[in-house]
Amino acid sequence: MPPGGGTRSQLPDFRVFQFDSGSLVTYEEFQGLPTDLPGPMRKMANRQDSSVAQKVPFWLDPRKRAVIFQIISICVVGMIVYYLASNTVVNLRKQSIATGFGFLNKEASFEIGESPIPYSAANTYARALLVGALNTIKVSFIGIVVTILMGTIIGVARLSSNWLVAKLSAVYIEVMQDIPVLLQLVFWYAIFYESLPPPSEALCPGPGIYLCNRGVAFTIPEVHPAHLYMLIAFLAACSAAYLIRRWAKKRQEMTGRYFPVFRVSLALALGLPFVVWLAAGSPMEMNAPKLTGFNFEGGLTVSPEFMALLLGLVLYTSAFVAEVVRAGIQSVSKGQREAAMSIGLRPTLVLNLVILPQALRVIVPPLTSQMLNLTKNSSLAVAIGYPDFVSVANTTINQTGQSIEGVALIMAVYLIFSLSTSAFMNWYNKRVALVER
Amino acid sequence: METLAKTIDTNKIKPPVTSVGVIGWLRANLFNSVFNSVLTLVTLFLLGKVVPPLVQWAFFDSVWISSSQACREASGACWSIISSNFRFILFGFYPQELQWRPLAAMLILFGLLWYSRERSHWKKSLGYAWVLGLVIMGLLMSGGLFGLQHVESTQWSGLPLTLLLAVFGLTAAYPLGVILALGRRSKMPAVKIMSILYIELIRGVPLISLLFMSSIIFPLFLPEGVTFNKILRAQVAIILFTAAYIAEVVRGGLQGIPRGQYEAAEALGLNYYLTMRLIILPQALKIVIPPTVSILISAFKDTSLVVIIALFEILRTTQTVLSNPEWMGFSREAYFFVGLLYFLGCFSMSNYSRKLEKELSTGR
Repeated sequence: MPPGGGTRSQLPDFRVFQFDSGSLVTYEEFQGLPTDLPGPMRKMANRQDSSVAQKVPFWLDPRKRAVIFQIISICVVGMIVYYLASNTVVNLRKQSIATGFGFLNKEASFEIGESPIPYSAANTYARALLVGALNTIKVSFIGIVVTILMGTIIGVARLSSNWLVAKLSAVYIEVMQDIPVLLQLVFWYAIFYESLPPPSEALCPGPGIYLCNRGVAFTIPEVHPAHLYMLIAFLAACSAAYLIRRWAKKRQEMTGRYFPVFRVSLALALGLPFVVWLAAGSPMEMNAPKLTGFNFEGGLTVSPEFMALLLGLVLYTSAFVAEVVRAGIQSVSKGQREAAMSIGLRPTLVLNLVILPQALRVIVPPLTSQMLNLTKNSSLAVAIGYPDFVSVANTTINQTGQSIEGVALIMAVYLIFSLSTSAFMNWYNKRVALVER
Repeated sequence: METLAKTIDTNKIKPPVTSVGVIGWLRANLFNSVFNSVLTLVTLFLLGKVVPPLVQWAFFDSVWISSSQACREASGACWSIISSNFRFILFGFYPQELQWRPLAAMLILFGLLWYSRERSHWKKSLGYAWVLGLVIMGLLMSGGLFGLQHVESTQWSGLPLTLLLAVFGLTAAYPLGVILALGRRSKMPAVKIMSILYIELIRGVPLISLLFMSSIIFPLFLPEGVTFNKILRAQVAIILFTAAYIAEVVRGGLQGIPRGQYEAAEALGLNYYLTMRLIILPQALKIVIPPTVSILISAFKDTSLVVIIALFEILRTTQTVLSNPEWMGFSREAYFFVGLLYFLGCFSMSNYSRKLEKELSTGR
């Protein structure tokens, strides 16, 4: 079929026009089109059918309408933003509050309860906010590690063939998911403050660990120069394990011979630091907390705010992680395990090569969003007095009155966490995406 | 002739004892392998250490209705902190003689929720009933019309405030979320970029920063003399927050609609608005009902965060009771009661969501 349309266009245009004077002209002559070409070629050259774009008014053209709609929406949003901004400027000037981030260099003049880096009231606001951010990172990092461990255990227990264990995990998951995290935080904080005894009568659940209402005191090894070399040995063992894994994979692809990578890496990671420790004379001094006066000295003391925050966050988020892990494990069909066993793989290899990659593909995206939720929920520390970033920023806002910059800083810090986690998740999804036929 | 066949009375041959009845169940579920048996014994041991003292504390030694003096002398749980302060915990600072109004509002809400459980009741009239019900709830709480005495919004507190924030938040956030989802999937770059910016910005920050923003910065946005009351500011923050999450959920639903639906709508000559209203959105919104219910559950739990901007919802009224010197020190019992209320609400909603998911997946 010719591009012009139907068979109608093959016929010459028989329309004839008659002027008042009586002379007749064909359609083509009337339109002023050339008439010296023979039959079909003349038709093609003078084609005026509907495949040619007609002149459409711009309000019916979808593309132009889209442009106009976008312009209108940008204008509306812009006007709202301008209105809010101008009001803000006027109000700020009336209350004589400065704008800009110059307040960060002023002296902070408030104390922070706990801080991983040295800080005093004479430091700047910028340093105070840094301490808050470090506190947030500290509780988030420890919280994430413990939550993943605990969530995995509870998720696997939910699928256990032992009825008692399965039902207990189900009850735990249901209860912990349905109580708000803020309520859990204040509950654990109240337990610490009301139910635990003072330091003089501290509970002792294990050798060297003391529980009291001032916090939890642990016994830690005395700091010794050998620890640095042990850390270096551990990092060297990790890189050696990575290189061994690459070599073993290559060798297996070429010759088919299996190398026990996991066992060797574990032996290296545990053995190398142990050898260094022995070589340093096996230092065994422990730094134990001792009750002096009204409090414990020595050892590692963890404040009740930190313990309550960690406990509340971990117990709450591990319930969600358990559900995610359960969904991931159940998403791998039983046929995979049966097929893997039928080609002769040992149970460990079935888990590593067949079940885990498929389960992880389903587990990792919701898991990263739960880790993000934990980080965002750590901002609730302001309710129990743990000095995390939101808490310190809140104090800063109250003292300087710079509310817009303060809230903008809070949002910026958490946005950095979220966007980097989303980027990681997208990268991971692309890497393990199923290549479909 | 001898009879060659011998009849055996089958009633007399029973299955082995260890595979039926209680013993059979125990063997199959609790002791079916060495590891499981050890696990069962360890769990029973731990339960035995924890549960009896807990039951003793909570039920046998406890004091249910008495004064605080008797509570301090008792060694068990002090449930009278709840029974004595019941009205304050539930209704907060609402005037005592007018407390039938928030009670009526809550009953209307529960009645509407109960009626909406049946899918056969989901008709247009139900939508109108909900709108009317919400308007009546707002009227009952604030008063000022129809001879009801006006109650300042600063006095709204307790459980009605929690429910109000959650329900109005979700109702207002839903249309906004749908618009954002449609905007994110649109082909117009300006609209798409603005939707993506909004959604990613709001989803990336904690709700508490939005609440701070609403309580500290919103007054700066408004011209001189115009003030918002605190509850409205918190409500706006919750609406903005929930709309972003609803947008993501609805976007998932829109992605699940096959392209043929869009093409068929085009073939019928429907424009964008009619396509969305008549064909795409009814299907998409039906698919995403279970995740939407889970967003409602999260919104219900997140209302507890307004404690931090000093709004007196049910957690804060409980804390106020605990700061009373008479009742100080019984926070375990008080928080357990509040936790029980939240648990009942969220558990019934999540149960309903699971039931709904099952119904919808078999109905397709």
